[in-house]
Amino acid sequence: MNLELLNHVSAFIWQEADMLDHGDFDAWLALWAEKGTYIIPIDPNETDFENTLNYAYDDHHMRKLRVQRLIGGESISTSPRARTVRALSRFRVLGEEDGVVTVRCAQNLREFRKDVLKHYTADITFQLKREGECFKIQRKLIQLINSTDTLAGIGYIL
Amino acid sequence: MTNLIETVNLASSPADLVLHDRVHTSLYTDARLFDEELEKVFYSTWIWVAHASEIPDNGSYKSTYIGKQPVIVVRDRKKDVHVLLNRCRHRGATVCEHKKGKTNSFVCPYHGWSYALDGSLRGVPHPESYADCLDKGELPLVSLRVEQYNGMIFATFKDDIEPLVDFLGPAKKWIDLFMKQGAGYGVKVSGEHRFRFPGNWKIQLENTTDAYHFPLVHKSFLSSVDEQTLELFDFVKGPGYVEDLGNGHSVMVMIPDLVDLEANLDLPIPERFEALADELRAEGIEEEQVRRIVRAVGGSGFNLNLFPNVACSMAFFRVLQPVSVNETEIHHAVITMDGGPAVANRYRLRLHEHFQGPMGFGTPDDSEAWERVQKGAQAGTDLWIMLNRGLPGEKESEDGLISDVSAETGMRAAYQQWKKMMSA
Repeated sequence: MNLELLNHVSAFIWQEADMLDHGDFDAWLALWAEKGTYIIPIDPNETDFENTLNYAYDDHHMRKLRVQRLIGGESISTSPRARTVRALSRFRVLGEEDGVVTVRCAQNLREFRKDVLKHYTADITFQLKREGECFKIQRKLIQLINSTDTLAGIGYIL
Repeated sequence: MTNLIETVNLASSPADLVLHDRVHTSLYTDARLFDEELEKVFYSTWIWVAHASEIPDNGSYKSTYIGKQPVIVVRDRKKDVHVLLNRCRHRGATVCEHKKGKTNSFVCPYHGWSYALDGSLRGVPHPESYADCLDKGELPLVSLRVEQYNGMIFATFKDDIEPLVDFLGPAKKWIDLFMKQGAGYGVKVSGEHRFRFPGNWKIQLENTTDAYHFPLVHKSFLSSVDEQTLELFDFVKGPGYVEDLGNGHSVMVMIPDLVDLEANLDLPIPERFEALADELRAEGIEEEQVRRIVRAVGGSGFNLNLFPNVACSMAFFRVLQPVSVNETEIHHAVITMDGGPAVANRYRLRLHEHFQGPMGFGTPDDSEAWERVQKGAQAGTDLWIMLNRGLPGEKESEDGLISDVSAETGMRAAYQQWKKMMSA
């Protein structure tokens, strides 16, 4: 097991999670490769995300819009913004090809907004493109364990 | 301060709770009314259960609910559609726990009773203990009355109500117009977003023909689209209208130019679809068909609300399912062109994801507004929900009543039907 790589990707992913929980969205947007995709599918067995319905299938333009919606103050479901704490663990490097590291981890996210505490659990698979000493996110795939069930409105970035 | 005395209205008959221009708040909050609605509305009229494309083949099925009763919608070997109560005739266990799929039979997991696709009881393990006291012909899965119109499948527990086409009445022509977004291909449901909100089902029912909320609740969505699209969605002061179509159905025309997607094919292609048009042309598709597809991709310019549980809403089916007096489940089913160009279908999927579903730019804000209605409805015990917008300008039309685009005509239509059914 390449512990150095595991440490490296874990540190990067924890940093990403911290940015989202603490609203550091400019820094978050800068983590992404220009053509990176942010995907939250519905069907846990689906692999053709482009040609099927997802909860989100964001390119860079949509990611920027999503951030704008969060901070713009125009949306009644995002103001006040939900407070979130996400715990990520169980990192496993699945492989590396052409400078892209694929790593899977577990995310437990707690959301508190107004007077309700909610809980979303997901597998997250990152494709991280090496860029010098660091990475850029090429793909973030969020597979909620209850994706086929009814969800409530999620006004923040998972 | 606590309310020690129940309000007079809770003891009133449902008819007293619906006036011409307002309805009583207890329609959102009274659990006894909710139970009565299940009986008198959901178990007494035509309820939408599926689009034909969701069960395309022999053995295709989906499980869903009518009111709170679990049902299976299934296509048998002869292509006939059945709607079966999802309950084994032996000891009552559900025989299907998958949301959709394909099968040859439904087998109860408890004692192994098996049923054919038309619901008939096919086999019982170890029948010898019954000797000859079990007549399999008497114990099929309970089958409901089913009728279809233009791919929309409805079922009812009642054998004596009017045929579906009579119930739909003038809404039929709007269903036909809505299906034009297939652009000559079949209309296909390609998945759905499911979400729940803590509020009464009628709050959602009202929303489908409520243009008044759009610029406010969906401000953040409007800020995320291009100028041209923004102009298109700025319909509240425009020439659109809402029409009561009878039997609780109504239509809200937001964008009159997009009522008939096969008309005006020579209009300029909107900027946001120029790249799509180019890709379609590059695939060798004829210019007229390119224009037809492009117009279809954006969806119809109207919302058709069919009482009580489904809407044909611009570019998707919107289905509501009552859960309890203060909880409702909503499904937003995406429509694609069956066999149509993949690039056009991708546009439709991305547009759906942009607005709909728990992570869309529109739905969570709707959901928040509805949640607030339910919460606010707890304030005061003898208050009314105002529905008089657009009354002064309302006039008779060929199919019912008509008023301006942000009139509450559609809600008045739904509540008059509610009143009629609840008083029956």
